[in-house]
Formats: sequence, structure tokens, C-alpha cells
Amino acid sequence: MKGTGENKQKGKKDQGGFRGLYFLTSVSILYVVMMILSPDKTASSISASGDLLLKIIPVLLLVILCTALMKYYISPKTVKKYVGSDSGVKGWFLAIAAGMLSHGPIYVWFTLLKELRDNGMSNGLVAVFLYNRAVKIPLLPMMIALLGGKLVIILLFYMFAASLIQGMVVKLLLD
Amino acid sequence: MQKGETKKGQENLWGSIIWASRSFSKSMPLILGVILLMGLFKNFISSEMLVSLFNGNVIRDTFTGAFFGSISAGNAVSSYIIGAELLKKSVSMFAVVAFLVTWVTVGIAQMPAEMGILGKRFTITRNVLSFALAILVSFATTITWVALS
Repeated sequence: MKGTGENKQKGKKDQGGFRGLYFLTSVSILYVVMMILSPDKTASSISASGDLLLKIIPVLLLVILCTALMKYYISPKTVKKYVGSDSGVKGWFLAIAAGMLSHGPIYVWFTLLKELRDNGMSNGLVAVFLYNRAVKIPLLPMMIALLGGKLVIILLFYMFAASLIQGMVVKLLLD
Repeated sequence: MQKGETKKGQENLWGSIIWASRSFSKSMPLILGVILLMGLFKNFISSEMLVSLFNGNVIRDTFTGAFFGSISAGNAVSSYIIGAELLKKSVSMFAVVAFLVTWVTVGIAQMPAEMGILGKRFTITRNVLSFALAILVSFATTITWVALS
């Protein structure tokens, strides 16, 4: 029975890989169509994507390293203790702080979060981590300069509250 | 896994790094697809296009702001610049805040990657909730801002 479970898991992972290839193929086809309709803008899009890829490479390497260190040093028991369903207030604060401190595009963190979740992190705390990535501490001065300090303070207060509400609802629905 | 314990042939840190790289490489097609989509969004959706979509109706504009924040992608700084420009052009704060919040909390472009890695149910629940909460945050923020002015 265990073997069947493992095969199912492997099948799911392979399906995920194929889904990725289908998605990449679809986007490539979209590029071909856009290249015919608007060659200049599409060429700029390819250049912008290249720049973005170069920018995120260091973050990708950081995420791979974090995943490897986590796999090596942290046991599922520890993950459950700190960010599991019964981790309490400590888990919420850890997810909030980690979300705020993580940098780079959101999607590069998905694999690390999946690994943490497979080891016992609750869905609610994954959602809290992802929501709090919206608070970009290094960008705060720019946000204040463009939108005004008062608006930024009020907005961040409500976004922080919204992240907790989202975590609770996701926990209630999915954990 | 505890330090020193063997699991699936991993005996050292280097083994874990190779495992993590292999695991991550499976997500690369999704991530590359998202990066390519973002390049398209950046060049095909301009701030002028966005301004032309607001007509002064608070409810409609708030949902429009939330919708365009959801489908837009890229660095958050771009959303601050567009948001400041929208405010200068007298677009309501409800709409601008909804736009700013969904830009960073809802990700239509990265949805295929999120679904592929974290699962369809989680992704849909998280994004739908983020959209609804962005509307609430926009109302709460604007009302508080007006009350404190």
C-alpha cells in the first residue's frame, strides 16, 4: 500500500512538471502571436523578461540554499512545533516576520513553502507568509515619498490586520 | 530529517543542496513562464491605459482598481508610481488603495506557478480572499484617512 501511495505522489509531482511545461509552451505561443501583432513591444517584453531573470537569479540561489539547509537541519517535528497547526502565537509571528523579511519575487518562494508545508507547516501560516510579503520594508521610504506617510501608515496597519484574517480563514477552510 | 540521518541517499549537506536544486528545477518551467508573462504585462499595460478605465463611481472604480492590480505584475515600486499618478489625476483613493493592495497580494500572472506548486485549492482560496480583503482594506484605509484629515 505504501508503494501505491509513493507512486501516486510521484504521479502528482510528474503532473506538476508537465503542467509547467504546458504553461511555458502556452506563454511561448502567446509571444509568437504578439511578435506578429506588435514586434517592437514584444521584443521589449523579451528584454524586460531577461532583465527580470538576471535580477532574480541571486534570490533563486538563496531559496535553493534555504531549502537545502532546511532539509538537512530541520526535522518535520521541528517544523510542526514552530509553524504547524498547533504552533500558536509564536508560529504566527514567525510567519509574519519571515514574510516581511523575505525578498525577491513571490513565486520563487513557492517551492520552499511547499517543502515546509509537506513537513507540517499549516496552510494558514503559508497564507500569512505570502500576504506579509506585500510589506516591503526596504521600499517603505519610496512608498512614503510617493503616497504620503499618513496613507502608508494607515494602509500598512490594515494590511497587517488583513494578513491575520486571511491566515485564520485559510486555516479554518484548509487545515 | 535529523542531522546525520540518511534519507533517500542524502548523507551530507552537499546531498541536500543537490536534492534542493533538482526539486527546484521541476518548478523552473512555471517560473520562466511567469517571468515571460510579466515582461508582456510591463510593455502592454501602461499607466495611461489604467487612468482611462476609471469613471468616478466609487464602487465600480474600487473593483476596477482591484482587478487591474490583480492582473498587473512586477516590482511593487511600479505600483506606487502608478498609484501616485492615479491620485494626481483625481482617481478615488478607494480605487488606488485597492489597486496597490491587489498588486502585491493577488497574482493572476503567477497563478499557474502557485497552483502547480502549492495546489489549486490553496491558490484559489488565497487569491479570492486576497481580492476580497483588498476591497475591505481600501474602504477601511480611505475612511480612516478621511477621518484623520
